[in-house]
Amino acid sequence: MTARAPLLLRRVGLPLALLVFAAFPFGASDYLLDVAYFFGIYTLLGLSLNVVLGEVGLYDLGHAGFYAIGAYTTAILNTQLHIPVLVLLPVSFIAAGLFAFIVTSPIIHLRGDYLCIVTIGMGEIVRLALINNPLGLTGGPNGVYGIDSPTLGFLSIDSSFGYYWLVWIVVGISIIGLRRLQRSRIGRAWNYIREDETAAQASGVNVRAYKLLAFVIGAGLAGAAGCLYASKLLVVSPESFTFWESCLMFSIVLIGGMGSVPGVIIGAAAVTLFPEVFRTFASYRMVFFGVAMILMMMFRPGGLWPRRRGGTEARDLLERLWRRRG
Amino acid sequence: MGSTGVRDGEVVLRTTGLTKTFGGLTAVDQLDLQVHRGEIAALIGPNGAGKTTVFNVVTGIYKPEAGTVLFQEIDITGWKAHRIVTQGVARTFQNIRLFANLTCLENVMAGMHCRTSAGVTAALFRTGRLVREEREIRAAAEGRLAQVGLTDYTDELARNIPYGRQRMLEVARALASGPRLLVLDEPSSGLNPRETEDLMAFIKGIIREEHLTVLLIEHDMNVVMGISDWVTVMDGGKKIAEGTPAKIYHDPVVIEAYLGGRK
Repeated sequence: MTARAPLLLRRVGLPLALLVFAAFPFGASDYLLDVAYFFGIYTLLGLSLNVVLGEVGLYDLGHAGFYAIGAYTTAILNTQLHIPVLVLLPVSFIAAGLFAFIVTSPIIHLRGDYLCIVTIGMGEIVRLALINNPLGLTGGPNGVYGIDSPTLGFLSIDSSFGYYWLVWIVVGISIIGLRRLQRSRIGRAWNYIREDETAAQASGVNVRAYKLLAFVIGAGLAGAAGCLYASKLLVVSPESFTFWESCLMFSIVLIGGMGSVPGVIIGAAAVTLFPEVFRTFASYRMVFFGVAMILMMMFRPGGLWPRRRGGTEARDLLERLWRRRG
Repeated sequence: MGSTGVRDGEVVLRTTGLTKTFGGLTAVDQLDLQVHRGEIAALIGPNGAGKTTVFNVVTGIYKPEAGTVLFQEIDITGWKAHRIVTQGVARTFQNIRLFANLTCLENVMAGMHCRTSAGVTAALFRTGRLVREEREIRAAAEGRLAQVGLTDYTDELARNIPYGRQRMLEVARALASGPRLLVLDEPSSGLNPRETEDLMAFIKGIIREEHLTVLLIEHDMNVVMGISDWVTVMDGGKKIAEGTPAKIYHDPVVIEAYLGGRK
């Protein structure tokens, strides 16, 4: 029975999930589409931090800084030079990745909580720099407004329906790319570092280079998320990129399970859909959130959907369900 | 080879005046060490003699303050650890260091990392070259697992297998990198006599089959005397004696330092 379970979930579960995602926008209200849009943005942010935190085990609590770099790259280049937003998507990726390469190069050797503290500082410096309006580019506390909505040939993406597709297609492409990296020697090298840095080095992994690579790819994806965010809200301001945003991304990875792609989707759902469902109890949101985190750490420290080794993650989940029933 | 007292073959590893200090403590002091091709060289000495530090300097975990390390006539002094592995020196650790939450197969695949080269673009587009390379990595790793008798544990997480098997897994990971020199830090520690015997027989076997050279640290004197061709004795960071096991066994200086003045 358990042997057939993973096949069932892969052959039926995955297409079913894709079908739900594809059918959902037809007939959903704009409100629901917008919620789904932000679910997508946070999935992308979760995936981006997952590369650094989940795959390599580097404590990065300043990821909102990379998100901001991407958003402001799009905002400034679009409003000043009128470059189309979709062209700026890869540009934002590269800008955030380059920024990450520059700022993390000197701190990449730091371990554990030391790295954590420095990344918090990095994120805050980015936010404060944006508020201080360097060269008159960032608009200070008011931010940059008047960003164009994305256009694709004749097609202008200006409805919630269009944005939904935009963000989830980007998420889909990212997932395919990240899964491929996971299953290559690059993904394994990242995991070796997470498990034991010294042993990884002694096995021939260039630890420094692979850590930097993770930061560049992770930051790049966060930058791409920033671009999508800017193109939806048509305005960016520093208050969207606070330390709290970094904490949210961190929780997404922890809730879902380090290094697990399906885990990140569940984690992103938890931090974006949960508050919407419990809107009436809005003032208790933080209490719920705190209690949920404590319960998680007590009962599921590995996350809701941890990555399974030597088999499929789905089998793990189903086996557990079966065992509980039996 | 045997214990004739004469060492033939070229020098694989040579340290000259190797010195490593930690603050005020000189852990390794002007050490000259030679390992010849095809032999099993043992490094022994009382606790705190600096044996593991020598290993860490040779394999690039630490940088020495003075002296040089030559491996096959190439100066590898101060190189990063991953470059030294690529050059052909693989090691195991005293307190086994595996990738605990990865499978045994993935652990061994780590050794292949320095022998493969696929990059990010190849991985993203899953090029034919990458797929081929991944297949080769897998096949080679499976071969190494079979060699150490761990085929049954292929998909098991490293932390879930028995201690003795974990040590064999670490050896398999080191061998997967295709080394010329295998550096083993107390390979028999934590093993029962039977497992120790198996391990030693295995090491002797691979030296013959793969033309390897082995440098090991060992506490078990029976093991040292039984397996090694050449013994170097350290005390207080210095080399105090070297020679064949038979000679070392009767050397009064060694007995004084190592066995605490017994006899």
